[in-house]
Amino acid sequence: MATTNNHNFSKGTDLAVILVYIMMVAIGVLCIFMIEYNPNLNWSNSFLTAKTNFSKQIYFSIFCTFIAIFILLLDSKVFTALANLSYVGGILLMLATFVLGKNINGSKSWIPIAGGFNLQPAELCKIFTALFLAKYISKPDTDFKKLKSHLIAGAAIALPAILSIMQHEMGLALVYSSFIFAMYREGLPPLILVVLLSFAILVITTLLLEPTLLAIILTVIAGLFIFSMIKRFKRNKNKILLVLGIWVVCFGTVRFAVPYIFNHVFECYQSTRIYSMVGKEYDCSQNKKSTSSTGERRSKKPDDYNVKQSKIAIGSGGFWGRGFLKGTQTRGKYVPAQHTDFIFTSLGEAFGFVGTFIFLGLYLFFLFRLVRIAERQRSAFSRVYAYSVVGIFFFHIAVNISMTIGLFPVVGIPLPLISYGGSSLLTFTALLFILLRLDADRQMVLR
Amino acid sequence: MYNSNRGRIIQIIIGVIFTLIILQLVSLQIFSSKYVLAANNNAIFRKIIYPDRGIIFDRKKRALLENTISYDLVVIPNEAKGVDTATLCAILKINKEEYSKRMVEVIIKNSRVKLGVFEPFLSSEVYAQITENLYRFPGFSLSERSIRNYPYNTAAHVLGYVAEVDVNFLKKHDAEGYEMGDYAGMTGLEKQYESILMGQRGVKRFLRDNKGKIQGPFEKGEFDTTAIAGRNLYTSMDVEVQQLAENLLQHKIGSVVAINPKTGSIIAMASSPGYNPNLLTGNQRRKTIGRLLTDTARPIYNRAIKGQYPPGSTFKPLGALIALDEGLITPSFGYNCFGLYTACGDPRKCEHHNAGHASNLQLALANSCNSYFLQVFRMAIDNPKYHNAKLGYLKWKEYMNSFGLGRKLGIDLPSENRANIPDTAQYNKDFGGAKYWNSCFMLTLGIGQDRMTATPLQLANTMAFIANDGYYYTPHFVDSVEEEDEFDKELLLKYRTKQEVTKIPKEYYDVIKEGMHDVTVIGTAAFIKVPGHEFCAKTGTAQNPHGKNHSMFVCFAPKDNPKIAVAVVVENAGFGSTWAGPIAGLIMEKYLNDTLTKESKTKVDYLANVDLMPANIKEWYIRNNKTDMLIPLNYNNDELSEIWDMEMLSETAPIKLDIDTLNKMDTFQKNKLPASPIPSKQKMKESILNPIQKKKKTNSQ
Repeated sequence: MATTNNHNFSKGTDLAVILVYIMMVAIGVLCIFMIEYNPNLNWSNSFLTAKTNFSKQIYFSIFCTFIAIFILLLDSKVFTALANLSYVGGILLMLATFVLGKNINGSKSWIPIAGGFNLQPAELCKIFTALFLAKYISKPDTDFKKLKSHLIAGAAIALPAILSIMQHEMGLALVYSSFIFAMYREGLPPLILVVLLSFAILVITTLLLEPTLLAIILTVIAGLFIFSMIKRFKRNKNKILLVLGIWVVCFGTVRFAVPYIFNHVFECYQSTRIYSMVGKEYDCSQNKKSTSSTGERRSKKPDDYNVKQSKIAIGSGGFWGRGFLKGTQTRGKYVPAQHTDFIFTSLGEAFGFVGTFIFLGLYLFFLFRLVRIAERQRSAFSRVYAYSVVGIFFFHIAVNISMTIGLFPVVGIPLPLISYGGSSLLTFTALLFILLRLDADRQMVLR
Repeated sequence: MYNSNRGRIIQIIIGVIFTLIILQLVSLQIFSSKYVLAANNNAIFRKIIYPDRGIIFDRKKRALLENTISYDLVVIPNEAKGVDTATLCAILKINKEEYSKRMVEVIIKNSRVKLGVFEPFLSSEVYAQITENLYRFPGFSLSERSIRNYPYNTAAHVLGYVAEVDVNFLKKHDAEGYEMGDYAGMTGLEKQYESILMGQRGVKRFLRDNKGKIQGPFEKGEFDTTAIAGRNLYTSMDVEVQQLAENLLQHKIGSVVAINPKTGSIIAMASSPGYNPNLLTGNQRRKTIGRLLTDTARPIYNRAIKGQYPPGSTFKPLGALIALDEGLITPSFGYNCFGLYTACGDPRKCEHHNAGHASNLQLALANSCNSYFLQVFRMAIDNPKYHNAKLGYLKWKEYMNSFGLGRKLGIDLPSENRANIPDTAQYNKDFGGAKYWNSCFMLTLGIGQDRMTATPLQLANTMAFIANDGYYYTPHFVDSVEEEDEFDKELLLKYRTKQEVTKIPKEYYDVIKEGMHDVTVIGTAAFIKVPGHEFCAKTGTAQNPHGKNHSMFVCFAPKDNPKIAVAVVVENAGFGSTWAGPIAGLIMEKYLNDTLTKESKTKVDYLANVDLMPANIKEWYIRNNKTDMLIPLNYNNDELSEIWDMEMLSETAPIKLDIDTLNKMDTFQKNKLPASPIPSKQKMKESILNPIQKKKKTNSQ
């Protein structure tokens, strides 16, 4: 089905990655088939007329094969040359969706193209952003130790992310945070990672604990800290100010920022999902967005139905799984959006822990292989791009699987190469094969 | 290259996150079993296939009960859109509010997407109307279910009923696989033989999607089990005799038990008041059960196995047997009775004054001489062999128990009562210690009074063992089970095992039988005839604390080759010979001759219509504004009927014959008052009664 014999047109292409790619796409088609399976349907007929999702996915993968071959046939320099241009084009395309956009599943991020297919520019923009970031960091006059370059790179990443949020694609926006891998590798101070992690912990504890209690705890910690280090602080008064400053930020986050974000920035369902992760119920009547937009106070039921059914499906797989086409959750269509965001459930139910373990092993091998590829690049451009790809893939895999097993709030992002969807498959194919193309020329220095 | 160690750190981060994911998968997929259950609950729809329950046949293979199909109107609320509610309401005779109310109930019970019962047990005309119009009621459908049907409208107490299981039942029968919504036998044979009658339910599993739609069989039906029909029971009951017994007991409170002494099989068992068993099936059940449970006459109560009555004079043959066996008397033993028994101080009345009416055992039995049997009882208790009255009494009680009195016989019906043969402990308590009492203290035990009680079943069984000269088979209904297996054989073994009573020589039984035969020739039952057969009998008129005497009668026939033993009790009706006796005679005639003479048929008509309901019960209905309950549930005749006091003798209430009651009894007889005021309607039929009344003059009690 997919790419064959790349030696003819590209020496040095990483065959292991291609092999894993083919396996993943095949597994994806298989999973979609399991979800759609119905003994009463005429398969050959529906395949030819492309009426079923699994047959559409096969057509998508054939199309992607051509794209992959096409990319491998290009010159590596094309990517450096077009990096900035493509980024601008991608942003324009995203802006265009506000005009041309079609509403699919509540997010207005799709542009209808010929043949009943739709394109999601935000997906493609990930590639362009990766290229742009690589281009920017690899510029000879960029010193990525400086804060200024951090801010420029951050802004370039934030722009498509903000546009995605405006299109109600929270998941896609979050993906842009995965560029932090590439930036970290290129010199972002680890302190930033530590601060971000601490901040995340603070937000989670805010959700878990009573705000007043947490404020007291924070104050006590600050007090103890100052008390125990009192001698050092006497020598350097600025440090006291630093501790106090941190205390103020933490306190502000707990008392004002987090409630504000949950009640004013997030949609009701988003707040609910996040709260349900920590086992709490969110009171939608507090949410200004849901009340103001509809004009009337409307509180929705907490929608942890997806996660519940998803956990049931995966959990009922047990150790060996229920067997191919034997999953009752899958056959009964109990898991919503199972062929897209929750596709991991069909795998978990049919093949059990053994299946999911092997599957995750394959993904892990794939990611480690990409890291190795990244590290063997001579040019910064290729390396930054490679780490961007690692980050994007990893983020998708980790978040998607975590949400199906109840470790992360439900955000709508697909499982790379597995989930049904042409845009997603095309994006990941292009992302990956551009990397393979660059890797084939790893001895070259690209700028 | 600088920062290259950061690639390692990125790999570590990836590894850590993957490890977390795998740990969560381990917890979900390996250590939580609840998800499999949840998935099965979601997706597997178990459909229970109910087998037909077994059928119960009488001795001529007539079905006492069988199965019939009833239809429920069921609905899937979500699909009930565009229903022609006006038509539907008209057919079901409900209004729109009721329609909405029921719909809400169905939704609450079964959710919107599952089938729920909208109207159970459709009558045949409603069924026909609905089938015709079903296309107007989208979402509605008809669902079949098998219910019980009693073609002969008889034997409600014996057969029992099936009902939906409740929480308590499920708790009790934990391991037997019942589920909410199942039906199970709740009383009678239905309960006793539940495991045989119910058969084996089948389960079909279907795959169901998130909308509740069936996708097809689960795993191609690999886990399905097929339903196995319940097995049939074959009894020795005779439908016609049973119907006759119930008919004769109408407007009376009482009981009839007829046993085949050769096998212990019960031919008929009736308890009155009763009810038509068909009223407890289908859509009449809810209405009927309420009425049955609130009725002061307790129509659900099976008096034949639960009613406790002092046996009265019907006990006398047993007292004689004990004395004979102990060698205290010989058949020629006579007692010089002049109408009073004075040996214990207070004189006790006897019914006869003429000298020599108790000059030997046979005569004493025929004349039912109280003095004779009081004397015989005292001799048994004060038997010098046992040194003191207490030990003598214990020996006497041992005889009683071996005769099947004061203990459960073990009939194949649930909740049999053991009635009462008092323990010495009871007397010790009453009289302040073992040394303070002697045979005079419980003197009237000798004539079946005092604290002694027996159930009609036990009384019939005493006749069975006398008929058999000393053995009986435990009374039972079920003779055989269809396709009997080892387990069934074991179950029925005790009904196929001969029970020997205390070894008493045959010649003593012969004397007793002769005496009891004399009862039917020259004695208290001389006017009762069974055409073509000699029979043995004993009448009884038992005093009780609830009003008029109970009319009792025990007998077996034919005398030389007994085929049927009968006990009849009519509560608060008066003399044994007046009411219970004729009933027993007709039962024997019907069974032995398979038909009744014309004269007997007239008697049946008369007896069936005699109202012997105690007045206090009638008052209860009037007091509680329940006069509608006066219409009996057995049969649909319009006659104003009767109800009676259901309170049975409590074991602790001492019953002592005192001179006053004996006097009253006497006066009663002297005046030849009918035992019960006969409604004017029945007076017209009195001419028929004439032969009976004439005889009564000569043979009182």
